[in-house]
Amino acid sequence: METSDASAVVDGRLRDAVGTHLTREDRANLFRYMAMMRASEERALTLYKQGKVPGSFYDGRGQEAISVGAAYVLAPEDRMCILHRDLGAHFVRGVTPDRYMANYMGRVGGVTEGKDGNMHFGDRRLGCVGMVSMLPDMALVASGMALAFKTRGEERVAMTFFGEGSTANGQWHEAMNFAGIHRLPIVFLLENNRFAYSTPNELEFSVDPVERAHTYGFPGVNVDGNDVEDVFDAARVAVSRARAGGGPTLIECQTMRMHGHGAHDDMRYVPQEMFEEWGRRDPIDRYAERLVARHDFSVEEVDGLRSEVAAYVEECAGKALDSPIPDPAQATAGVFAESWEPLGDGEAPWSHRGRNGGGANGASMAASEGSSA
Amino acid sequence: MSATAAPTQTSASTTEMTYLQAISDGLRFEMARDPAVFCLGEDIGAFGGAFKVTDGFVEEFGPERCLDMPLAESAIIGVAVGAAAEGMKPVCEMQFADFISCGFDQLVNVAAKLHYRQGVAVPMVVRLPSGGGFSGGPFHSQNPEAWFLQTPGLKVVAPATAADAKGLLISAIRDPNPVCYLEHKGLYRHVKDEVPEGEHIVPLGEARIAREGTELTVIAYGSSVHLALQAAEELDEDVEVLDLRTLCPLDREAILGSVRKTSKALIAHEATRSAGVGAEVAALITEEAFEDLDAPVRRLTAPDVPIPFSPPLERAVLPQLDDMKEACGELLAY
Repeated sequence: METSDASAVVDGRLRDAVGTHLTREDRANLFRYMAMMRASEERALTLYKQGKVPGSFYDGRGQEAISVGAAYVLAPEDRMCILHRDLGAHFVRGVTPDRYMANYMGRVGGVTEGKDGNMHFGDRRLGCVGMVSMLPDMALVASGMALAFKTRGEERVAMTFFGEGSTANGQWHEAMNFAGIHRLPIVFLLENNRFAYSTPNELEFSVDPVERAHTYGFPGVNVDGNDVEDVFDAARVAVSRARAGGGPTLIECQTMRMHGHGAHDDMRYVPQEMFEEWGRRDPIDRYAERLVARHDFSVEEVDGLRSEVAAYVEECAGKALDSPIPDPAQATAGVFAESWEPLGDGEAPWSHRGRNGGGANGASMAASEGSSA
Repeated sequence: MSATAAPTQTSASTTEMTYLQAISDGLRFEMARDPAVFCLGEDIGAFGGAFKVTDGFVEEFGPERCLDMPLAESAIIGVAVGAAAEGMKPVCEMQFADFISCGFDQLVNVAAKLHYRQGVAVPMVVRLPSGGGFSGGPFHSQNPEAWFLQTPGLKVVAPATAADAKGLLISAIRDPNPVCYLEHKGLYRHVKDEVPEGEHIVPLGEARIAREGTELTVIAYGSSVHLALQAAEELDEDVEVLDLRTLCPLDREAILGSVRKTSKALIAHEATRSAGVGAEVAALITEEAFEDLDAPVRRLTAPDVPIPFSPPLERAVLPQLDDMKEACGELLAY
């Protein structure tokens, strides 16, 4: 795939760096989180089909590598705006599947306690500001958090996600432009899942959005969005650069939305061969094979991770189903805040954070290459 | 809450200043007091803003705290939301209140609903130079307060005096919610009064009795307060003028208290008529004080048309002093 000059530099660095920042336990974690996202969404879809989920249902099937691989890079004090195909990022930061499923069912145990549905949540105690339906509004909100970090001289990073559909909206331009002007410490994850609802790439843009990154004054990188370590490495370089003052990065992740826009969408507009092609590139199956072939995992071990996750998700589903329905009196509560409270920190499971790649060495390397503007 | 006859908290000494100077004074006071407060908007830096509210701020506070933004209202509001969630206290300037339409999505869908949906407080102010009377035409003269009042989660203030302009701005900045601060352009340099020096707080949600009377209550805010005061003087009648100061939360007790005293109510605003503040206040009075009324509740507003450009057309649309006197006279005679 063609990329800008700036992204070619980054790609070169990436190729050199692949594989040097993840321990065996990190790899098991990446697999666990992806499997947890898949299992949780499958379980929630069943709840939806059973009529236990009011409203509609959305998932990120086939895109698990992106939110997991990117969020895995972050430090606790970093902040996120997570979108609706990115459940894995919530899990990496510490949201548990029961709270996700309870949110879908409108229960008290959901992240928003019934105030908002489906994927419209973010746990402020874990450093996330939850999304709205309008896209890509959160790109600007995340830019505002990044502006606060920069203004206060903090080595912190904001990260947000959006689909390629969002790049057609003017607010996307406003966010890219502003982040570029101020070299904000922000990482934009663009998930090109081939369709904006039903509209294919060729009716969305005439130039691949990643090409626009350098016109805003920062690098754009194109990665295989179905390869969790590719996403992780691109995010690692981007976060290091951002933390060191080198500015934003746009990472376009090539992927495919394997379910409809929502559960109501029969995807009649997708050619069958496209499904088959992308089905062979399933991010979880591919990673399972890779763990066995290249990273000294046994088949039994990988299967064990899958069943461990499946059992946990089932336990979480029970907990979500046991969660009470909200008291109607709460419907009018909380319109206004009585006081401001700081966002909390997210979990940060990456073993090397603050050492290789996350610390001074990686940061200074990134800073020196971040001058393409 | 109840209406107060004097500013709620007043320091020992005062200075006479214009409404515009009072906004700058309040903003400057908060920026000096709290390093989290910063301004962002178009042309607010070296140029000092289209109306010069932030004149000299770049020199005093530096460019990061008086941030010139690209011509992108969604970015101004959206970036402020993120910064506010992270502990900053942004004060956004819309160059004209009309331009909030370009940032409306971020205001009504993101800022206004974040606390209800996610428990995330968004302490930010959007300053909105509003109002007509200068041949600004349809895009530089609007009074968009009703847009915000239909959005739960936004507070809305509209000061009429210089002292309130300062005191309400300081309260708005310290409030943990998004506050739309409507500053009427017609008052900027024409209204001048004594403003307390230093810290001066006018709490949100408290109306002010601008003139005491017993025969009729004119309920107004912003520029209409001055129109009502002038009409009352020229008519030489026992008219009470209630300055709402805050449109959300509305000071219901002050409105009902005054109407119960006078038994007649005229609601006056420059904004268009239908589904506006006047309609809301009229509904409140008829629901809660019907038995106390001696006359129908009346409204003096702009008709439901865009603000035209040509001076005679604009004068025909915006309520004038004679209109106010006539409306008061009719109710007094009822």
